[in-house]
Amino acid sequence: MTPQLIVFFVLAALAVLGAVTLIAARHPIHSALALIVVMVALAGLYLLQGAEFVAAVQIIVYGGAIMVLFVFVIMLLNAGEEERTSLSRIARVAGIPLALALSGFLAAAVLRSSHAAAQAPVTAASTRGLSMLLFREFVFPFELTSFLILVAILGALVLAQREN
Amino acid sequence: MVPAGYYLVLSAILFGLGIVAFVFKRNIITIFMSIELMLNAVNLAFVTFSQVLGKLDGQVFVLFVIVVAAAEAAVGLGIIILIARHRQSLNVERMDLMKF
Repeated sequence: MTPQLIVFFVLAALAVLGAVTLIAARHPIHSALALIVVMVALAGLYLLQGAEFVAAVQIIVYGGAIMVLFVFVIMLLNAGEEERTSLSRIARVAGIPLALALSGFLAAAVLRSSHAAAQAPVTAASTRGLSMLLFREFVFPFELTSFLILVAILGALVLAQREN
Repeated sequence: MVPAGYYLVLSAILFGLGIVAFVFKRNIITIFMSIELMLNAVNLAFVTFSQVLGKLDGQVFVLFVIVVAAAEAAVGLGIIILIARHRQSLNVERMDLMKF
């Protein structure tokens, strides 16, 4: 049991626990906090794999910006606990076995692939290579994303403004 | 060293839990959050494959996924605010305007 393996299992357990809490929680604000736990645990896993820039972006953009937006909207709409209906009972009966089967199939397919046995090498200081790749080979998609964000800002403004 | 298969299995489990949340939850904001959970699971697989193959392209794709998720969150939450204002409810079962 190497230290990396112990850190992996702790973070993986934290992520799965957060995801289960997201499902089990009745109040949306509890689900949002559980999702933040999942995202921080995943950032730790990225660090463990040596992808430190992705880990930083994960915490700043996902754990920070996006989740603050979610919490803000939950507070703004004063969302209460969700109500149980007959449809949600059907979803419970049919959904759990189907989702377990899907997870099992995915995990089995992954484990059968040749990559599963490979050890993920920890190559630190990949941020330089990442920026080289981003601003040379992927510079056109990168510029397109700025346009996408502009469109998203305009769309959100148009959608959320008061009609009169 | 952690075998890459462990990361991929964790990614599959998180994706499955995201689907469970998507099917179970009745609150539209929580359903939206379960989509983010599925995107995160895919990101973990991207980073793992990028490390296994020794190429950084996967991490660039993760950055793009995060950007698209941010844009999606902004537009999606705008739509949710609009729906909540019109229907006075966040329950997806009440949003049956297009049904006969």
